[in-house]
Amino acid sequence: MHQMTLAEIARGLADKKFSSEELTQTLLARIAALDPKVNSFISLTEELALGQAKAADARRANGENGALLGAPIGHKDLFCTQGIRTSCGSKMLDNFKAPYDATVVAKLAEAGAVTLGKTNMDEFAMGSANESSYYGAVKNPWNLEHVPGGSSGGSAAAVAARFLPAATATDTGGSIRQPAAFTNLTGLKPTYGRVSRWGMIAYASSLDQGGPLARTAEDCAILLQGMAGFDTKDSTSIDEPVPDYSASLNTSLKGLRIGVPKEYFSAGLDPRIAELVHNSIKELEKLGAVIKEISLPNNQHAIAAYYVIAPAEASSNLSRFDGVRFGYRCEDPKDLTDLYKRSRGEGFGVEVQRRIMVGAYALSAGYYDAYYLKAQKIRRLIKNDFMAAFNEVDVIIGPTTPNPAWKIGAKTGDPIAEYLEDLYTITANLAGLPGLSMPAGFVDGLPVGVQLLAPYFQEGRLLNVAHQYQLNTDWHTRTPTGF
Amino acid sequence: MQWEVVIGLEIHTQLATQSKIFSGSATTFGSEPNTQASLVDLGMPGVLPVLNQEAVRMAVMFGLAIDAEIGQHNVFARKNYFYPDLPKGYQISQMELPIVGKGYLDIPLEDGTIKRVGVTRAHLEEDAGKSLHEEFNGASGIDLNRAGTPLLEIVSEPDMRSAKEAVAYVKTIHALVRYLGICDGNMAEGSLRCDCNVSVRPKGQAEYGTRCEIKNVNSFRFIEKAINTEVRRQIELIEDGGKVIQQTRLYDPNKDETRAMRSKEEANDYRYFPDPDLLPVVIEDSFLNDVRATLPELPPQKRERFQAQFGLSVYDASVLASSREQADYFEKVVSIAGDAKLAANWVMVELGSLLNKQGLEIDEAPVSAEQLGGMLLRIKDNTISGKIAKTVFEAMASGEGSADDIIEKRGLKQVTDSGAISAVLDEMLAANAEQVEQYRAADEAKRGKMFGFFVGQAMKASKGKANPQQVNELLKSKLEG
Amino acid sequence: MALERSDVEKIAHLACLGLNEADLPQTTAALNSILGLVDQMQAVNTDGIEPLAHPLEASQRLRADVVTERNHREAYQSIAPAVENGLYLVPKVID
Repeated sequence: MHQMTLAEIARGLADKKFSSEELTQTLLARIAALDPKVNSFISLTEELALGQAKAADARRANGENGALLGAPIGHKDLFCTQGIRTSCGSKMLDNFKAPYDATVVAKLAEAGAVTLGKTNMDEFAMGSANESSYYGAVKNPWNLEHVPGGSSGGSAAAVAARFLPAATATDTGGSIRQPAAFTNLTGLKPTYGRVSRWGMIAYASSLDQGGPLARTAEDCAILLQGMAGFDTKDSTSIDEPVPDYSASLNTSLKGLRIGVPKEYFSAGLDPRIAELVHNSIKELEKLGAVIKEISLPNNQHAIAAYYVIAPAEASSNLSRFDGVRFGYRCEDPKDLTDLYKRSRGEGFGVEVQRRIMVGAYALSAGYYDAYYLKAQKIRRLIKNDFMAAFNEVDVIIGPTTPNPAWKIGAKTGDPIAEYLEDLYTITANLAGLPGLSMPAGFVDGLPVGVQLLAPYFQEGRLLNVAHQYQLNTDWHTRTPTGF
Repeated sequence: MQWEVVIGLEIHTQLATQSKIFSGSATTFGSEPNTQASLVDLGMPGVLPVLNQEAVRMAVMFGLAIDAEIGQHNVFARKNYFYPDLPKGYQISQMELPIVGKGYLDIPLEDGTIKRVGVTRAHLEEDAGKSLHEEFNGASGIDLNRAGTPLLEIVSEPDMRSAKEAVAYVKTIHALVRYLGICDGNMAEGSLRCDCNVSVRPKGQAEYGTRCEIKNVNSFRFIEKAINTEVRRQIELIEDGGKVIQQTRLYDPNKDETRAMRSKEEANDYRYFPDPDLLPVVIEDSFLNDVRATLPELPPQKRERFQAQFGLSVYDASVLASSREQADYFEKVVSIAGDAKLAANWVMVELGSLLNKQGLEIDEAPVSAEQLGGMLLRIKDNTISGKIAKTVFEAMASGEGSADDIIEKRGLKQVTDSGAISAVLDEMLAANAEQVEQYRAADEAKRGKMFGFFVGQAMKASKGKANPQQVNELLKSKLEG
Repeated sequence: MALERSDVEKIAHLACLGLNEADLPQTTAALNSILGLVDQMQAVNTDGIEPLAHPLEASQRLRADVVTERNHREAYQSIAPAVENGLYLVPKVID
């Protein structure tokens, strides 16, 4: 039962082969038995899940249908869930029971999805390895000694381990796509503004975007359908109609123009990954796509600009964690400054503190122009590169990551080494473009992802390309040993 | 040495919206603590701001009223600092691209002249909550009801040269925002608060002296006192060989002194940057035109019209035009009574002191404009004298009805029958035969003074009802004759 | 532009982060390596380029001025570290 995809579950539930309650119980038992090896959940919500499952079964009995009705999912633990701990992977919010539901959570609940739990993540979504969580590192089901990627490592590992068919995640610099690549999943970061950020605890507001993690493009389409849409509570949400993502999955790729940026294949990229990317390009060519070399000349500057903009926004976003209205408060503060400094010093982990300080510095008097403003200008150069490229091609393809998942602890204490791994994913966030990672093979038994990028609001196109690819390849069907 | 005072003001006006600037919470003053603090106002994790269109409209209205450039592409920025009444650790404000750019205000001074004061900018921002100090042992309590109330911060040029000018400027702003209906102007409740930037320099010196900012002065009287106190402090300091240090100070009205704020001792680095949760606010021409069309006649125009139409002095016209309610009241009285100078006098003097005494606003006046106008008509047609009018006015104020009713009921109608007056005078002169003798014996100069005595006696004898002009004339002929 | 230990202390103060004395050298080194990475930006020619704050460059939507919130004080304060009489408590605030 745990091997079913969302699409298969929807069919099974519609055909009354099993109930949502049975499925939920099966998966909860599986999580209880196997998650101690993976550590993909911070909180399990058994009671809520069983209640939702029963309610979904009742709705089905009343003749209701829907791809998500009764479908078990997990939420990355930065989506606020009313009355349930929403920790952001941080000691700071270990005691935080959110007083409201995120729009994504509410929409999915409305669609009948069943929440099994809240998944582990890098603290405040800052990380590419899921090692910075207050609740411990998450392990990659493909090799328990390796990282699952981050920051949505818990969501990725839980889906890869077949605890869940799909989970919500967020992507600020690659936090959906990179863990998808590391755990053989399909993950989609939508266009900035496509999915509401209300109730999604912010890391970097102008870069954060929620999206689905699942095994197949087909499942990503189903979950995205439930997440996407205009929200009046989010000023940056875009009032664009949401297309039927499942309906466009089967569009032919004939004549589709796919661009391959020459800058993506420079030093730093594991040649074995380069080869797998080329294989997938050939596969798409076979399906009728036209391949074209393109150039993204400012791609190389993205990491530097990102590690100014993201920390700058974060330093301000995380100021609200002050031990006054919610969250961690230090013992016996002797005065106000002591309350702030100790609550924040004790409540935040090392990487979070580092990024807050980098951000505060980049915004401080005398440095703003050289750092923040400069980074915003580079951001425009990067966007301009994409706009020019999309005049020539419909989709851009390349590696999701330069290397496969590394060993847990291998990059600890060396933030730069970890930052450099975000090379290919960051630009989509800076430009606000949709991006998708799909399984494309293995290196040393570890999964490798290929990334597809498209113009604004072309999520349907990305899912279409990935789906067609998945109809003709079987990488995404591989299951890690032991799961 | 001769010193010149230089003052610039930052005025925070709470905009009179129903809901907060970035959330749907009510803005009602005086509610139970934290009952008007929503998820957004509390800065809960994951919440986002959405801008209130009414706040934008009000800011634009103000901008148009001071002839300012409107920032048709204005941007919200975050001002980052930690303080318990600031839930997010930053205040959403505007920095580089405010909604209102350079404009000006013409302020009437007491000497009847008009001074033009530059407005550097006005920007939208959110108000902070309140820290309540004295209630808990060693702790402060935080109430976030006020957090997120929309503020328009109006920043002036350092154009004022005395505390009196500063007060006149604040009064002008106060009148204007109330005219526009964008702020209730209630200073006691903090709806309009003032930060005063004060410096002194030797007369004739071009560059400014070092300034101090006096935070949060909340009444016209305290603004004047706080500035004068601070000016004295700075001059004494410099004359004693000291130096003014740029700092933020608080005014203590009990001690009539300013002191440095401890919480502002370290220079803050606010790390302003555009708020990524909000997008640039674009104000279309059509919106601007719509707002322009709703602008009422403003105090300067009204003042000029009052001068031209009614022949009033600058001072009278500006006092009457200083609030929309007062101007409306005055115009109504004029429309009934037809005599603008008489109406101006009664509205400013008698009505003014009555309201003052009872602590009322003009829209709560116990004498309506219709009543007052009706009474002035009776003065004009000689039914009552100006003096009797005061009695009638008092009676109207205590709810005895219209002037006509009161005159009728109390028998206050002026006596204009010269036979009757003559009889009263004869009786009075007979009773004061000795004074009549003295009068007739006295010279011109003395007579003048003594004449007043007979008028007084005559009015007393007629219970004030005799027409004073007739009394004068008849009395003169009787005494001379 | 390498940061000194004192710079790091200043930044930490600005960000209200209580740092451990013992961690300071390591934090300073980490921040310097990050700033070294981001300083690569300085080589990029951005003359005449407008900064980009939001990817889609849309404009702000405005909300109608309507009160939509009700009082939830009890629920919101149930997760607060210290409250009394409906107020959030903090160590004494000094003006």
